[in-house]
Amino acid sequence: MDAVKKIVRDFPAFLWGGWGAIAAIFLFIAAWDVGNQFYGDMILPSPLDTFANLLKLFEDEAFLQNLSITVDRALVGFALSMGVGTALGLLAGFFVTASITSRPIVTILMGMPPIAWIVLAMIWFGMGDATVEFTVFVASMPIVFIGALQGTRTLEDKFEEMADTFRVPWTMKFTDIYIPHIFSYIFPAWVSALGMAWKIVVMAELLATSDGIGAQLALARSQLDTETALALVVVMVGLLMVVEYIFLEPIKREVEKWRD
Amino acid sequence: MARLKVENLTFSFGYQTILEDISFELKEGEVLSVVGPSGGGKTTLLRLCAGLLDRQEGTIENSFATQAIAFQDPRLLPWLDVLDNIAFGLKARGVPKAERLEKAREIALRFDLEEEDFDKFPKELSGGMSQRVSFARALVTRPDLLFLDEPFSALDIGLKRELQNHVIELIESKEITIFFITHDLMEAIRLSDKILLLEPDPGRIVETFAFDLPQKERTDEWVYTQTARLLAHPKIIETFELELK
Repeated sequence: MDAVKKIVRDFPAFLWGGWGAIAAIFLFIAAWDVGNQFYGDMILPSPLDTFANLLKLFEDEAFLQNLSITVDRALVGFALSMGVGTALGLLAGFFVTASITSRPIVTILMGMPPIAWIVLAMIWFGMGDATVEFTVFVASMPIVFIGALQGTRTLEDKFEEMADTFRVPWTMKFTDIYIPHIFSYIFPAWVSALGMAWKIVVMAELLATSDGIGAQLALARSQLDTETALALVVVMVGLLMVVEYIFLEPIKREVEKWRD
Repeated sequence: MARLKVENLTFSFGYQTILEDISFELKEGEVLSVVGPSGGGKTTLLRLCAGLLDRQEGTIENSFATQAIAFQDPRLLPWLDVLDNIAFGLKARGVPKAERLEKAREIALRFDLEEEDFDKFPKELSGGMSQRVSFARALVTRPDLLFLDEPFSALDIGLKRELQNHVIELIESKEITIFFITHDLMEAIRLSDKILLLEPDPGRIVETFAFDLPQKERTDEWVYTQTARLLAHPKIIETFELELK
């Protein structure tokens, strides 16, 4: 509870520290505008037009519907990978044999391109929610798994021994020694997994469904509607940035601040 | 009366015998040191006595109700601030939060930690400060038996003396029993009632030295004289492989 209070209290200072990031974003937009002046509206619409288009999108009922479908799918897939990845990672971490066996399997899972999963999922689950959710799950799960595994494998015996000298009960050992350490590994893994989920969901939708942001992107492409396509990309990136920087980053800082 | 009694203790890792036929008794209120070269099994002996390792042969009777260890490395939990680290042992005993933080604050001030350091994390502390916190954590629980595993070895002489003075005060007031291992003879002479000399390979006790003068009355001069006397002792020369000039 103290940690939550602290996150809220530090929040204004954290936002104030964001000027540098905002300047960098404006620099990027300026470069984008230069690109527009070189290549014309067809290839690269100007930032101004794109943002105007974006505002229009948010008045469009169908778009909002699609957006919520996409968010739903990403969250289902992410929640699954978070649950399963964490549980399996902890399990593998606590048993040496399991962690040795799981290594190559994780390498295979990580090395498997998401596009291959989409193809397989389309064969297995058909065109629809399940395909997208499965792909999101299978692509982001290894990240969480590795985080949990590393967190558990790097627990230090010396702290446990110290706790033993105080005859610390095992429940307290869990809450005061294992969890803070493991969580500092798992939480950043969750954040990366969420980013991964957000990218994969659009890709899977583009290929496997007729609704959602990804499908809208496919439509914009077939109509050569670069402006809408770009506006959709901005929505995707913008949402991820808001979630990461406004919500997750302050928590991450609090969780990791004791680290070197 | 509580005591730590070790009889015919033998311990090995695999085929290598670490300790052989160790016997001694530590009575309540006493300070017992085990000195010997590094790698001679001192830490193993301490861990056996503290119950951190399982006994193989021989008996260990430990009738002290509470105990704590100050380790050579401070072993502070990196995610807790100074006060929470000090209060860790109290938390394990179920002392309520406000009370344990109050006690931690009290002892922290006594150990010359500053108010502004209280919410720092271990990564922000110097080596000496970490060791003070570690000491405070061990002592705040008011253990009946305190194990010292060379906690002074990485400290500068000023800080070493300061922490030793804290220990001497505790000894004077008879509130504590100490089992101390070190490779530093002078340190052992300053603090102990009895010194056991542990010769390595395999670790066995080859000599016992006793000192009657109360710790508080031991001047530097006395400590130097005693150290010089011990350094000339044939067993010490043999154990530490001192070259004779």
